Amino acid sequence: MSKLKGWKDIPIGAIVPHGGTAFDYETGSWRSFRPVHDRDKCIDCLDCWFCCPDNAILAEEGKFKGFDMMHCKGCGICAKVCPPKVGAITMKPESDFRE
Amino acid sequence: MAKLTEIRWHARGGQGAKTASTFLAEAAIHAGMYSQGFPDYGPERMGAPIRGFTRISDQPIRLHCAIDEPDVVVVLDDTLLDNVDVCEGLPETGIVLINSHKDAATIRSKIKWKGKSLFIVNASGIALEEMGRPIPNTPMLGALAKISETVALDALLEDIQKKFAKKFKAQVVEGNLRSIKRAYEEVRAA
Amino acid sequence: MAKRLSTKRLALTGNEAVAEAFKQVNPDVAAVFPITPQTELMHKFAEYVNDGKVDTELIAVESEHSAMSAAVGAAAGGVRAITATSANGLALMWEILYIAAGMRLPIVMALVNRSLGGPLNIHCDHGDAMGARDAGWIHIYSENTQEAYDNTLQAFRIAEHREVMLPTMITLDGFIISHTTEVLEILDDETAKSFVGEYKPLTSLLNPDQPVTMGSLALPDYYFEHKRQLVEGMYNAPRVIEQVAKEYYELTGRQYGFLENYRMEDAEAAIVVMGSAAGTTKEVVDSLRDRGVKAGMIKLRVFRPFPHEQLANALSHLNSVAVLDRCISYGAQGGPVFGEVRSAMYGKTIPVHSYIYGLGGRDLTPHMVESAYNDLFEGKSDPRMRYLGLRE
Repeated sequence: MSKLKGWKDIPIGAIVPHGGTAFDYETGSWRSFRPVHDRDKCIDCLDCWFCCPDNAILAEEGKFKGFDMMHCKGCGICAKVCPPKVGAITMKPESDFRE
Repeated sequence: MAKLTEIRWHARGGQGAKTASTFLAEAAIHAGMYSQGFPDYGPERMGAPIRGFTRISDQPIRLHCAIDEPDVVVVLDDTLLDNVDVCEGLPETGIVLINSHKDAATIRSKIKWKGKSLFIVNASGIALEEMGRPIPNTPMLGALAKISETVALDALLEDIQKKFAKKFKAQVVEGNLRSIKRAYEEVRAA
Repeated sequence: MAKRLSTKRLALTGNEAVAEAFKQVNPDVAAVFPITPQTELMHKFAEYVNDGKVDTELIAVESEHSAMSAAVGAAAGGVRAITATSANGLALMWEILYIAAGMRLPIVMALVNRSLGGPLNIHCDHGDAMGARDAGWIHIYSENTQEAYDNTLQAFRIAEHREVMLPTMITLDGFIISHTTEVLEILDDETAKSFVGEYKPLTSLLNPDQPVTMGSLALPDYYFEHKRQLVEGMYNAPRVIEQVAKEYYELTGRQYGFLENYRMEDAEAAIVVMGSAAGTTKEVVDSLRDRGVKAGMIKLRVFRPFPHEQLANALSHLNSVAVLDRCISYGAQGGPVFGEVRSAMYGKTIPVHSYIYGLGGRDLTPHMVESAYNDLFEGKSDPRMRYLGLRE
C-alpha cells in the first residue's frame, strides 16, 4: 500500500489533475482467485476481452496475449464467458501462487 | 453640522409615493446633495395606506431606518387623514403638504397637528387636467419644491425631464412638467 | 494620499449598485432565479445582457439549487460565474454551497439578506447568511449602497486569488439597502475592469490539453485532508482581503478592512454590529459623544474569515461590549456574531452582551441603539440575550 499524502501535498479542490489515473491503482492485490489460461484450448474468440470489467485481458492483433495481473481483481467473468466447449480459462486460488 | 431634512410621504398603494420618494432623492443627488429615498415595503396592495421616505442632506447620510420624526410630511390622498395619524412625530415647527381640493378649515379639523406650516394643493385635479390621470405624485414634488428647502424647481424639472424622456412619449413628459409647474404656483398656505 | 480617478456620481439602489458592478466585471456566466428582495438585482443585470452591455451567458434556471449548480458547473468549466439570491433561495442552495467551497470554485454571489420565516416574511435579517456561515464561503457585509458596489468588485479579487480560491458572498440588507436610492460613486468601466483583472482559472474541465476530474469522490482516507486545505484558504484570505482593500483605497480613497473602528480610541463601551445598522449606530455614537459619553462602535465587515485577533485587540481597552445580531441562534447563549466575539475575547475579563434586533425587517431606530448603550454605561447585565425593539 502506498503511503497516503498529507493535506499540503494533494491537489486543491479534490481535483484529479490528469486522466487515466485508474491505471495507477493496483487492484490486482484484491484477487483471491486467479485466472489461468490454457493456450492449447483457446480459440481467440476474445469474449473475455470484451467482458472483462477491468480491461485486464491483454490482446494483440486479434489474439489473446495474457492477463494484466496488476489490475485483474479475479472476478472470474472471463472464465464464465469462455465458451463451455472451449474452457480455456479456469480460476485457481490465489494462495496457490504465493509463497 | 449637517443640515438634514427628513420627509415622510403618505399615500395609498398605486398613487406613486414610492416613486415620488425616490424621484426626490434622485433629483437631490443629481443636484449635488446627499439623499436617500425608500418606501415601507410590503405586499403590493392597491389602495392600502403606505409610506415613503426621503432624506436630504449636505453631508453623507448614515441613518438606515424609517423616519419617525420627520421635518416634512407629504400626504398624497386626503382620505388618509381619517384613518392614519399622518403627522405622528412631526414637531410643530415642521411642514405638512396635503393633496386636497378641500378648504383649509376642513383639513385642519382632520389632523391632530397644531403647527403653522400647513399647505394644500389640488394635485389630483392638476394631474387630471394636465395628464388625464389623477396621479398626484409629480405635481406634489412641484409643490414641495415651493414650500420646503429640499430641491429647487429648476433642478426638479430638469431631472424629471431627463428621466421621463427615456421612458415616455413627449406628451407624457410635457404633461408631467406642466403639472409640476402648476402645483408649484398653486400650492397655498392653509 | 490616494489618487482620485474619474468617477461618476449616481443615484442608485443597492440592487442596482451590485448589478452595475457585475456589469463592469462582465462575468462569463450568470445563473439567475428570482426571489424578493434580490429580484431587481438580476433583473437589472438581465437588462444589461439583453442590451449587449455585457456578453455574459445568462442562464435562467428553475430553482436556486439549480442556480448554484449551474454556477458550479460554469466555474468548473474555468470561467467567472456569478449568481444572487435571498433567504429561502440561499436555503435551497445549501447543499451546493458546500460543493462550491469544497471544489474551491471562486463563485461570487450577492446575497440580499432576508429572513427565512416562518411565519413568511420578505424583509431583512441575517438569518439566511448565518445559516450558510459554515459552508466554507467568505462573507462580506455592506453598510450601504456604496459598500455593496465596492465589496462586489473586491469580492472577485479575493475569491479568485490563488492562495484563497473560495466562493465569496457579499451581502446587503434586504430593502434597507437593496431598495433604497442613495448616492453611489462608481469607477469608470475601464478602471473597474482593470482592478478586477482577467480571470485565469487554476484548472478547467474544458481544457483538452489537461484533462482533469472535478467533483470527485474522497473517502475517509482523503476527505479530512481536503477540508484542512479549505481551512488554509480561509487562513490565507485575510492577507488577500487586506491587500485588495489597500489597492482599492489607492484607487478610490475609500477604506476597507475587516473592521471599521468608529470613535474607538478613547471609548469606554462599544457596540459591534454588521450591515446597515452600523450607519444608524454611528449617528447614535455621535450624539452620545456630544453629551460627553465615551461611546464607540465597531462595524464588522468580514464575518468569514472572522477577524478574532483584530477584534479582540480593538475591544481590549473597553469596560463593556454589546454585540448586535440581526439573527437568533435558537437555544444558544446569544446571536451568532456574539458567539464569535465572545470567543475572540476569551481570557479577557471584559463583559460581552448579546442583543438581538431587526428580525423580519423590524426597524432599528436610534432610540433602540441608544438603549443598548445606556445598558452598557449603567452596567446593566443580563446573562441571556436581550432584544431591541421587541414588544413584551
